[in-house]
Parts: sequence; structure tokens; C-alpha cells
Amino acid sequence: MQRGMIAAILVGTLCAVIGTYVVLRGMAFFGDALAHTVLPGIALGYLITGSAREPLFWWALGTAVVAALGIGAISKNSEIKEDTAIGIIFAGMFALGIALISTVRSYAVDLSHFLFGDVLSVSTQSLWLILIFASVVLLIVFALYKEFLTLSFDPILATTLRLPVGLLNNLLLGLIAVTVAVSLQTVGVALMVAMLVTPAATAYLLTQRLSRMMMLAAVFASLSGFIGLYLSYYLSIASGAAIVLTATVFFLLAFLWKKIRAALS
Amino acid sequence: MYPHIHHEPNQPILDVRDLTVRYNGRVALEKVTFHLHEGERIAVVGPNGAGKSTLFQVVSGVLQPSAGEVKIFGSRPGGHVCIAYIPQRSQVDWSFPVSVADVVMMGRSAKLGLLNWPHKRDWEYVHHALEIVELSDLASRQIGQLSGGQQQRMFIARALAQEAELMLMDEPLSGLDTPSQEGLLNLMDTLRTQNVTVMVATHDLDQAARHFDRIMLLNHRMIAFDVPQIVMHTEHLLEAYGGRLKIDPGGTLLVDDCCPPA
Repeated sequence: MQRGMIAAILVGTLCAVIGTYVVLRGMAFFGDALAHTVLPGIALGYLITGSAREPLFWWALGTAVVAALGIGAISKNSEIKEDTAIGIIFAGMFALGIALISTVRSYAVDLSHFLFGDVLSVSTQSLWLILIFASVVLLIVFALYKEFLTLSFDPILATTLRLPVGLLNNLLLGLIAVTVAVSLQTVGVALMVAMLVTPAATAYLLTQRLSRMMMLAAVFASLSGFIGLYLSYYLSIASGAAIVLTATVFFLLAFLWKKIRAALS
Repeated sequence: MYPHIHHEPNQPILDVRDLTVRYNGRVALEKVTFHLHEGERIAVVGPNGAGKSTLFQVVSGVLQPSAGEVKIFGSRPGGHVCIAYIPQRSQVDWSFPVSVADVVMMGRSAKLGLLNWPHKRDWEYVHHALEIVELSDLASRQIGQLSGGQQQRMFIARALAQEAELMLMDEPLSGLDTPSQEGLLNLMDTLRTQNVTVMVATHDLDQAARHFDRIMLLNHRMIAFDVPQIVMHTEHLLEAYGGRLKIDPGGTLLVDDCCPPA
């Protein structure tokens, strides 16, 4: 429980900070697709290395980075619309993942682990991996704060200021990929997008500065992890679902609060 | 009026030769040639889709030319950080969580370099730029709370913070009320005292004639580029606008080609 709690808060913070860019750049669908695209990677790892968590993490990480850069390249150069292209890859890869897992006898149990996560089964070693990767991602986001801000707000300005636009874009995709891989064990493939967008969107409603949005999103995500995990324990509901539901309640409260405040003023 | 010495021996701030841009099989610009002098104020006039934005994008180095060349002080735009492209207001996400000062500070990114955070000197640049455009008291506002004219002035402040010497403004005047337009035109006078060269895309021929040193008439090709008295000759305008141009008995030009208000 304690390890699970630490993992939920770490992952929540990481997803929330990266999630601010996902929300501001309108990449929610990309994030959702990315999480689903990782499934065949995990499935393959599962078939080759077995069900131990740590090797699966590396499989997930590798697939996520390749998928992120792949989707990035295809959506840029595609003849069809970007969201359609993402949709095709996303569903196809997801189906491949299910097909691979279905070759194993304990298929239903294993699949549900990948789809919905299981934060309570986090090992100490996994926790270290989460801590290390989350720190690296957050450090890069902090170091390149002004570059990512400029690029997200006005890509043409970033070009005329001769920032390395292509490199920064791919780096951001890579950071989202690492975030997804790190977070999969907590919330699973299916609910991943909620961790990326819900706390960030909640913060977006309540503040008008990017730095504050990041901090507030991290607070909401951590609280969601904490409260959600308690609820899951005492009400015996799935941990990932409980975390996401708590985050959703925070969003609804923020939404209502903003509406009421607007109506009163 | 700026003295036009077309054969100046100095290196011009902008030198465009035989510039051709095609995309998706269509010709956006064809064999456009011109050069600008420092501190000049140019209006780029032409119908919708005439290639005005394309010209700005190529000059700022955002878009690559298909043929011909663009030189800024004698070299390609790709290496220069002295060019500011000021976008149309409709292309900006005004709900983005940034303050006016944040946006102006973005202009410092190039001078700051990767990984560095703003120094005291950079904030001085930002505050000075905000003073010039008279937005100091709105510095901490979220950008969506500004009026159209203030939004435009904020981008000029950003260009000043960037220490831009060539500012390309895409339809800055459209959708603004008359006082805001006057404010912006006055601000351009101030820019001239700082020796900033300005190119403004506009639909308003009358304004172009009154406030700019030279007018460029553009419709994929360069139709005319000269002082207003010469460019405003009807045959040039007819060539640029074709049947969409009407002239009423008082001599006022009416162009049946309006941009959507931002």
C-alpha cells in the first residue's frame, strides 16, 4: 500500500506536468493513442521475458518512444488527416497487442492488468525506475521551460528565433512517451489519457499562468492518487479506476466552481 | 517621406531576387524581386490569397523558396534573429495561460540561448518594450483580456524585446476600430525613430497611401512597388484586383474583397 501510494503520487505529478503541454497543444488523442500503441510491445515482452514487471517496463519504454516518434512523423507527412492517421495506427497496434496476448492461456487476467494497471503490485525496484525516469523528465521540462513555452504558444516565433524546432518537438514527444511508459503500471493503457489530461485541464480552469498550471495540476494529480488509492482500498474497487474517478471529480468541481463564480460576478 | 535612393551602394536590409514559391502545385509567388532600405515603412497590398503571408513567411525563413533568393543584410534569413513575424490575431490561442509580460519575454529566447533563464537585463528589455507600446500597466494580465489593438501592440513589444530590425506584420490593422488603428500607426512612427524597418500586409489602400513610404502591390507577381502617388494609379490597381475593384465618382477606391474581422 505504501509503495503503491508513493508510485501513484510520483506518476500523478509526472503526468500532470507533461499533461499541461498535452492539454495546451491539443494532443489528448495523441496521448491516448500512444498508450494503446504500447500494448503490442508489452505483449511481446510478456511472451519473451515472462510476466516480471521490470523487463516489461523496458519493453513499454522502447515501444512508447518508437511509437511516439513514428506517430509524430506520420501525422506530419500524411496524405490523410492527422487524427485519422493516428486512429488507424492506434487501433491496429492495439489489436495486434490483444492478438499477441490472446495466445497465452491466462489471457483475460493478464490483459486486464495491462489495460487497467495495478498500482498496488509495484515492486521496490519498479518504484526506483519510476523515480529516476520521472526526475529526468521533470528536470528536462524545467530546464527547457522557456523553449517549450515559446514553441507551444507560437511555433512561427520559435522558428524565427532559430530555436531547434524539430528537435524540441521530437523531444517533447519523447518525454510524453517516457511518461506513458512510466505510468502504465499505475493506471494501465485504457485510463492513461485521463492522467495526462484531467489534472492539467482542472488546473487550466483555475489559473492563467503556465508555471502555476503545472504546479496546480501536480497537486490535483497527487491528491487524486492519494484519495483514489484509499477509496480503492476501503471500497475494494480497481485502483486505476478509483484514481481516475477522483481526478474527474476534481475537474467537475473546478468546472462548477468556475461557472458559479462567473454567474455571481 | 523617405528619400528613395534605389541604387544605394550599401547592403540592403532585405534583398529579394526572382523569388518563386510553389506549394501543392500552385504558384503562390512568382519571380518577385525587390529590396528595402533600413527604416522604411512598406505596405503590402493585394487581394486575399495574393501571397502576402507567403512572402512574409519566406522572408522570415519559416518557408523555403522554390526558386530565387532572399537575403537579409547579405545572407539567408535562416541565420538571422533580427526578423519578427507578427501573426494575424486570429491565428493566436488567446486562452493560452500566459501573461502579457510572458509573451514579450518570449522574444528574448534567442538572445538568452538554450537552458538559460531570464536575467535582470532581459526583464529590463521587456519592461522597456512594454513602456514603448504603452502596455506597462497591463503587463501581468492574461493575454485574452486585451483588446485587439492592445494584442497587436503586445506583439510589437515582443518584437522589440527580440531586438528585431525588420518587422513583418500580417494584417495588423484589420478588425481594429479607428482609434486603435491610429494608435498602431503612431506606434509605427516610434519604430521608425528606432530605425526598425516595417512591412505591413493590409487591405486598406487608402491607409496604405497615407501612412507608408512605399506600397507593394502583390498578386502572386509583383505588380508595382513604389511611392504611393505612383502606385495608386488606377491601372496598377486594376491589374492587382481585376474586376473586384470599383471606383466611385468621388475617386474613392472600393475593393470588393474583404477580410473576415478577427
